[in-house]
Amino acid sequence: MSMILGVPVAVLSGQLLIGIINGAFYALLSLGLAVIFGLLKIINFAHGAMYMLGAMATVIMFDMLGLNYWVALFVAPVLVGVFGMLIEYFLLRRISGQDHIYSLLLTFGAALMIQGVLTNIYGVSGLRYAMPDAFKGGMNLGFMFLPYYRAWVIAIALVVCFGTWFMIEKTKLGAYLRAGTEDAQLMQGFGINVPLLVSLTYGFGVMLAAFAGVLAAPIYSVTPVMGSHILIVVFAVVVIGGMGSIAGAIVTGILMGIIEGLTKTFYPPASSAVIFLVMVVVLMFRPTGLFGKEA
Amino acid sequence: MTMMKKLLTSAVASALMVGGAQAEITDNTVKIGYLADMSGTYRDLAGPNGLKALEMAIADFGGKVKGAKIEVVSADDRNSPDVASSTVRRWLENDKVDMVSGLVASSVTIAATKILEENDKLGLVSGSAASSITNEHCTPNHIHYVYDTYALSIGTPTAIVQEGGKSWYILTADYAFGHAMEADVTRVVEANGGEIVGSIRHPFPTPDFSSFILQAQASGADVIALANAGADTTNAITTASEFGVTQAGQTIAGLVVFLSDVHALGTQAAQGLQLTTGWYWDMNDETREWSDRFLKETGARPTMVHAGIYSSAMQYFKAVEATNSDDAQTVRKYMMENPINDMFAKNGRIREDGRMVHDMYLAQVKTPEESKDEWDLYKIVRTIPADEAFRPLSESKCKLVAGK
Repeated sequence: MSMILGVPVAVLSGQLLIGIINGAFYALLSLGLAVIFGLLKIINFAHGAMYMLGAMATVIMFDMLGLNYWVALFVAPVLVGVFGMLIEYFLLRRISGQDHIYSLLLTFGAALMIQGVLTNIYGVSGLRYAMPDAFKGGMNLGFMFLPYYRAWVIAIALVVCFGTWFMIEKTKLGAYLRAGTEDAQLMQGFGINVPLLVSLTYGFGVMLAAFAGVLAAPIYSVTPVMGSHILIVVFAVVVIGGMGSIAGAIVTGILMGIIEGLTKTFYPPASSAVIFLVMVVVLMFRPTGLFGKEA
Repeated sequence: MTMMKKLLTSAVASALMVGGAQAEITDNTVKIGYLADMSGTYRDLAGPNGLKALEMAIADFGGKVKGAKIEVVSADDRNSPDVASSTVRRWLENDKVDMVSGLVASSVTIAATKILEENDKLGLVSGSAASSITNEHCTPNHIHYVYDTYALSIGTPTAIVQEGGKSWYILTADYAFGHAMEADVTRVVEANGGEIVGSIRHPFPTPDFSSFILQAQASGADVIALANAGADTTNAITTASEFGVTQAGQTIAGLVVFLSDVHALGTQAAQGLQLTTGWYWDMNDETREWSDRFLKETGARPTMVHAGIYSSAMQYFKAVEATNSDDAQTVRKYMMENPINDMFAKNGRIREDGRMVHDMYLAQVKTPEESKDEWDLYKIVRTIPADEAFRPLSESKCKLVAGK
């Protein structure tokens, strides 16, 4: 068997694929953060909690109402998105225009409260969620066994990421959004309801996080603390990509998934640190991130 | 005159006791501090329900020992040795706490027992895993009650090697506990004629195990052992099941698995998993009777840690009652002299190093067909006798063991 640096090529190909799958999650999550920061200048520390709420809602809706995975895929993000809009309307709006640190602290506090309440009710061991029947099993690719569900995650995540990028960068709605955040007064003068636009944008960013949560439910342990683990990594991804860059968030997410996957093969103990190492190096040479616009 | 005589005798009696243990309960209160992870990774195996178990013990004892009221204070240690140290110190100084119960993360226990030793108060450790707690970290001020890494490594690995699982691949949580577990397992596997073909030290915690499972799968080892705990273990087992590890003929061995973990996994993902436990709720009428009460109180079946918290507290109250004292050394001495026979253990005894030795059990997770309800999870496969289960005193590094 041919080897690269002492690792069989077959194993390496498997790790690359796994890296892309994890990268898909990073991309979805950092995309939402980038949308919220890029358009609203809010540092959303509640993003991990929203991801968790998406996963928890999926499980709870199934247990209590018998709603299956496909229903959850649409309903859970909408519910969480509405919840996010309520947070925006009642809390974040009051501090708009203030320094970034206020939104950071507010969303961080909100996240801790949501997490604490759910921990009290559901504990931390994790809720059970069975793999949907359509995705049971997998295919043998020769170099690895690929569960059908993981293939689905890559496909749907790419579709959603591309769709979001397209909507914001290439459509009229996206143009309104970008313009509204550049100069709210002018847009309002044109008869655009900017506050509503802001609420919808925050809700949409949060929906993306919840959508990633639904995707995670069948494969990761669904617990009230699942979001806090991933949040910091996702922030690092956004910083590497360039705060607020939509395309940057997507590309960097997948790239970091791959780099992390390769580290897990060559030197596992460093795998939780490697993304931060990349962040340090990128910030040293390009303080605005790989895809960030020069300030 | 008789009155005078009585007074004199009691005065002489008390004088004789100076320097020895005080035969009285200080402040006429027995105060228990319950210290555990109430909100983090280890919440469900002890946590708030452990406090319930402690309160059950107090209620069953009538709320009083020899007329002295039993009171409880509790705190969340947040799995931090620093928080644990300052909490215990505050309890001893301000709240006049006599005994600390719970004690889950090993690092927390080692920090807390040090403070207890300085102040000569007692700790009853029910949640911790590290066997070093009664080895290099032993103190005359604590008792390690439920299980430890030594006992866990004796149970599951021995059984699996004897069944033919000769080559092992270990996934180890990259911190003190994981390393200790890995070392213990390696020793047991090799002593039984097995072989370690590889291992990975993964970061703690790891949310996604697919990469590590894939490497373990590619190694072709008979057994993939998980030297980790809590969410890491459940995540690894879920991923292994998704990637078809067991279907392809490899065995998964969970080394530190609690009932709460298996309940979270469900029988579909965890079926066939072998594990070692110090206690199981569905072993006999006594355990079932207590567990039914616990279920009514908490809505969950107890883990071995919950049962241990209840049992150790009952033993403590009995000792305080018998000696009419809440002095740490007097109570500990009584507990060491009197074997434990209750719903938790039969003929359990506390050694001089503070280790409570009792039978351990090798269990296997039931299949969905065998399981009657959500908590009907284990079959007890074998009893591991107390003498085999724990590190013999002859190998001990504890300063309290004679000749050390």
